[in-house]
Amino acid sequence: MKIDLFITCLNDALFPRTGQATVALLERLGHEVRFNPAQTCCGQMHLNTGYRADALSLVRKFVNDFRDAEVIVLPSGSCAAMLRELAPDAAHWEGDEALRAEVEALSGRVFELSEFLVKKLGVEDVGAAYPHRVTYHPTCHAMRSLRVGDAPLRLLRNVRGLTLLELPHADECCGFGGTFSVKNPDVSTAMLADKARHILETGAEACTAGDNSCLMHIGGGLHRLRSGARTVHLAEILASTDGQVWA
Amino acid sequence: MGVSGLHPPRPFPQAARDAVNSPQLRANLRKVTTTIRDKRLRAVGELPHWEELRRLGAATKDASLANLSDRLLELEASVRARGGHVHWARDAAEARELVAQIAHAHEVTELIKVKSITSDEIELNAALDAHGIRAIETDLAELIVQLSNDTPSHILVPAIHRNRAEIQALFNAQLGEPEPLTDEPAVLAAAARRYLRQKFLTTKMAVSGANFAVAETGTVCVVESEGNGRMCVTLPEVLVSIMGIEKVLGTWEDISVFMELLPRSSTAERMNPYTSFWSGVTPVDGPQEFHLILLDNGRTDVLADEVGRQTLRCIRCSACLNVCPVYERAGGHAYGSVYPGPIGAILTPQLLDMADKNANTLPGASSLCGACYDACPVRINIPQVLIYLRGEANEDKGVTLESLAMQGMRYAMSEGWRFEGAVKLARLGQGPLVHGGQITALPGLLGGWTQSRDLNAFPAQSFREWWRKRDAKGGLPEDSA
Repeated sequence: MKIDLFITCLNDALFPRTGQATVALLERLGHEVRFNPAQTCCGQMHLNTGYRADALSLVRKFVNDFRDAEVIVLPSGSCAAMLRELAPDAAHWEGDEALRAEVEALSGRVFELSEFLVKKLGVEDVGAAYPHRVTYHPTCHAMRSLRVGDAPLRLLRNVRGLTLLELPHADECCGFGGTFSVKNPDVSTAMLADKARHILETGAEACTAGDNSCLMHIGGGLHRLRSGARTVHLAEILASTDGQVWA
Repeated sequence: MGVSGLHPPRPFPQAARDAVNSPQLRANLRKVTTTIRDKRLRAVGELPHWEELRRLGAATKDASLANLSDRLLELEASVRARGGHVHWARDAAEARELVAQIAHAHEVTELIKVKSITSDEIELNAALDAHGIRAIETDLAELIVQLSNDTPSHILVPAIHRNRAEIQALFNAQLGEPEPLTDEPAVLAAAARRYLRQKFLTTKMAVSGANFAVAETGTVCVVESEGNGRMCVTLPEVLVSIMGIEKVLGTWEDISVFMELLPRSSTAERMNPYTSFWSGVTPVDGPQEFHLILLDNGRTDVLADEVGRQTLRCIRCSACLNVCPVYERAGGHAYGSVYPGPIGAILTPQLLDMADKNANTLPGASSLCGACYDACPVRINIPQVLIYLRGEANEDKGVTLESLAMQGMRYAMSEGWRFEGAVKLARLGQGPLVHGGQITALPGLLGGWTQSRDLNAFPAQSFREWWRKRDAKGGLPEDSA
């Protein structure tokens, strides 16, 4: 399959290894992977902070950059939810029905990585090996907007050497919420404290998730606590093999 | 405590800081919300057709809201036909004045109240006080809040922020019991009952809220757990019910779906203990004078907004509060309005027409995790409305540091090469901030981040830089980060 990658702005700038691992993983599964360097951002940060016009100019850019894609895969549940759910709404609010129609036409081809593997390709064992104790945090947008369900867990259970530890109160938000973490730092910090405590209770070496935004927040908190536990994107675990360790 | 009526006295982030720093409050809230949350999931799980019920609930309210003026006129006619009086109040002041006039006409100096967050919305108690009329709360939790000169912090459990020991001390100080009370719930409840019974039997006038009203029959409905509401709507001579105009339904049949949705969502019960219906007045039985006050107070403006109007479906079950991670940490008072939690974050600023500077911070009081939307029995897409209202709140702010930053980022992201350049600049600029690959203190708007979190530094190479090199080498796998 010809797969167009949407690497997302955060991954591109701060977490390039997630993008690299996504490429390695999809190519290992025999797909042709393309990256259009014109791409930048889905506009979620702007929309969620209340800057609709700015957000829509980025949505328009996304539509132009990916109009011809067969499938668009991205290593972020949050950005996928933006493109599938919020962007059409926002276009409608601003009275841009043409953009709404275009982004809706494209949204059926937008997949978060784990749902693409499990639901679209029907693959649960990607041939990965990762000999570590890992706990999984289901990110809010993947869980509640995209309804990826247990797709990430199915993938993790098939990773050789990986011990999957159940995270207490897994479905509680980590407290990131984009600019929420900066505009309401006290509440965000209180939510993070509980999430970090639950992760440490599992005794895991690493917490994984399908979104580097949440992991940046959780990882930043774990690092501040000098806890020794770290965060790693799901793509980097799935890309890892005996021969090449990505995370 | 500062919470009275709709207007928050402070911006949410500021008010939340105090709450988050109170370990006792956080422990109380965590305990109660976790318990209610688990119970609700069990109660909801018993019904295989829950999702269909939710859709039906939403559709029923939407149908009523779509013909709101007709429904209200029908309700008015039905109530009058049954011997009741109907009043229309455009705003809080009009509603308060109406209640005071009725009280004066009957020369009462004391009245009993139940189940009326709407009366809190219009700050009725304080207004009556100014008229020399004392309003006594009869809902147990409301009574606790009133006796301690506090304000409600939850729609359904107004004293959720109080624990048993605090209530024991309060009752011992306030209820005039001959012997000191122990902290056993039964003992405390019995003392409250003795106090309230005397009020029920001696007070001439009552004020209630309304959960629903049926237009075709002129029936008003209150759903409650303690029976105090039933006492209030049956024992006094004069009954005044204050109702937001969005509470009206068309027919009897419409109510049935909410009798399933409301108790399971709010108290995790299959059926609530007391549901009272009354239609006008019945000679010899119950109050002989009935007044229904239909309150607008901003609701028609909310109805006029295509995105925001779904807020008016709310049946005040408080399920969204109990699942909200922000409410759980910040507590109800941080929202600064009688409507706390996720529903308050969208309802309060809309009722104030997005004109209140502090209320406009409420749509930001959410991480947009979506738990509220999943829990809402009438499928209000709260995250969607929150995002929409953040845009509305920005409309009047003009140019701010934040808007400039957002514009700058949008510009940088308007072309791939421009974004690449911006990332390179950031990589150069971050130098002095980076220690061991991590940034531990950020300046300005971003300072909130490093309050509790480190940030990994921009790596030496972005994805797109890596991809270009890899492409140039003919697509060979390369790990060069």
